[in-house]
Amino acid sequence: MNDPSDISRMKPAAFELPQFAELRAPKLRVAGVSRKFDTPNGSSVTALEHISFEVRPGELLCIVGPSGCGKSTLLSLMAGLDKPSAGEIFLDGHRVDGPGTGLSVIFQELGLFPWLTVLQNVEFGLKMKGMERAERRKRAMEFLRLVHLSAFESSYIHQLSGGMKQRVALARSLATAPDVLFMDEPFAALDAQTRDLMHEELERVWKETGQTIVFVTHNVREAARLGDRIMLLTFRPGRVKSVFPVILERPRHLEDADLAMTAREVLAQLKEEINKAVEEEYRHAAKD
Amino acid sequence: MRRRIEKLIVFFCLFAVWQIIYRLEIWPPYLFPSPSDVFEALRAGFSDRTFLIGMGISMRRIAIGYGISIVLGLLLGLLIAMNDFLENTIGSLVLSLQSLPSICWLPLAVLWFGLSENAILFVVIMGSLLAVTINTESGVRNVPKIYMLAGRNLGANGSRLFLHVLLPASLPYLISGLKQGWAFAWRSLISGEMIFVSLGLGHLLMMGRDLNDMSQVLAVMGLIMFLGYVVDRVFFVNVERHIRSRWGFAPTS
Ligand SMILES: Nc1ncnc2c1ncn2[C@@H]1O[C@H](COP(=O)(O)OP(=O)(O)O)[C@@H](O)[C@H]1O
Ligand SMILES: [Mg+2]
Repeated sequence: MNDPSDISRMKPAAFELPQFAELRAPKLRVAGVSRKFDTPNGSSVTALEHISFEVRPGELLCIVGPSGCGKSTLLSLMAGLDKPSAGEIFLDGHRVDGPGTGLSVIFQELGLFPWLTVLQNVEFGLKMKGMERAERRKRAMEFLRLVHLSAFESSYIHQLSGGMKQRVALARSLATAPDVLFMDEPFAALDAQTRDLMHEELERVWKETGQTIVFVTHNVREAARLGDRIMLLTFRPGRVKSVFPVILERPRHLEDADLAMTAREVLAQLKEEINKAVEEEYRHAAKD
Repeated sequence: MRRRIEKLIVFFCLFAVWQIIYRLEIWPPYLFPSPSDVFEALRAGFSDRTFLIGMGISMRRIAIGYGISIVLGLLLGLLIAMNDFLENTIGSLVLSLQSLPSICWLPLAVLWFGLSENAILFVVIMGSLLAVTINTESGVRNVPKIYMLAGRNLGANGSRLFLHVLLPASLPYLISGLKQGWAFAWRSLISGEMIFVSLGLGHLLMMGRDLNDMSQVLAVMGLIMFLGYVVDRVFFVNVERHIRSRWGFAPTS
């Protein structure tokens, strides 16, 4: 369906547009997932409790919640990097058990390889798939073009700016044509201006490729800027508090009044969770 | 350029001081030769080829001994890094053995192998193996987890994860290990060669003593210093600099 050798064919047909997404089978289904961690003192912490939701094909789903609510944990579970204590996760109806190239993650630290050039970084996943040299070079170049980095193919990672590194990571993940791309607070460390540019860039690339993306952030405005839907998690144990559809036209701008309104709505609920987090901190502090 | 001139001037002054002390005749010339005596010994040593043969023999020994150390050290370091049981047992044994000066292995080596080539090789290997092992192990352990996560996520696992991620990611440490291993190997070799008739540079040094020929002693010392310096400074420092700048570490000054 999405032939990896042709970016243009990955553009969604009308039926595949996000607004019709709920008509189709979910791309990823999270069914009653919990995750407990054992602490050193013998008790256990419930990071996530009975979480159920679906990711629709081609949608950009944003997950928000206060820090420590289990966003990264949930993302690792979905990407098959970690196993749930209870519940199951399905990709295209098949149970996820273990990491696969169908599930690609961009971590906040990116993990670009400093010993490879930009082009070789983008080629890496294709090489691991066993794609032939000439073919993977061509494909990697296509994706570098997609993120406007063709001129930097032979640069090394430490020679790039923060935003450029983000784009290399994006190209490296997209080149493997993943079923779902997960991004864990990827822009949190960028300055505001670069982050704005990356929002535009991500939105454009997402539109051009029709890639299904799950985007984790603690920044509500960022979520409203990017998401088709925003899923809000509660604080400890992490549960789904509510899901907001964002029906704003694209391309969006951070300073749009509609966007600010959506963000305010989400923020009001997020504040309740942040307050819970702060109260818990105080309780801990009082005990010590 | 300026630093080079500074160096030249200081070295020239040191030679001048040496010459002056020689002229003062505080010590007899056979205990304190002049710079030109030493150069003459160097020239003679090269022209009758004893120094060349000595260098050749020493270089061959270090190539074999150091080569074996590299292979064993890398393997051992990797195994220890990847296995907690080995880390806890062999790992601490390696650390404690490392505190042993390598020449301490010589009596053991002589009892096992006799006064032979193998005894010297054994000392060289024991001298450098542990340094390579320890650095390999800490290099592999220090590889940022994010590289392994990213590599695995991009479809690398097993031997490909090792070859394409773990190995290149730990290369800066591996090189420091090899560099340190070289320094130890070189010192161990020369000490080992000084003990018995072995024809290497260490032996030439002892021969100078036996012949009461201080010029030869100094000439051979200079040669040993020069060879060790060339490999350490010219080879390893450049490789290290290249890797560090590629990997994006701050350039070493
Ligand atoms: N490996 C782990 N061991 C123990 N506790 C963990 C582990 N990973 C996460 N946690 C706990 O799970 C909770 C959620 O963490 P995380 O998913 O990183 O939150 P977020 O990404 O939303 O900031 C935190 O309270 C954290 O302490
Ligand atoms: Mg997190």
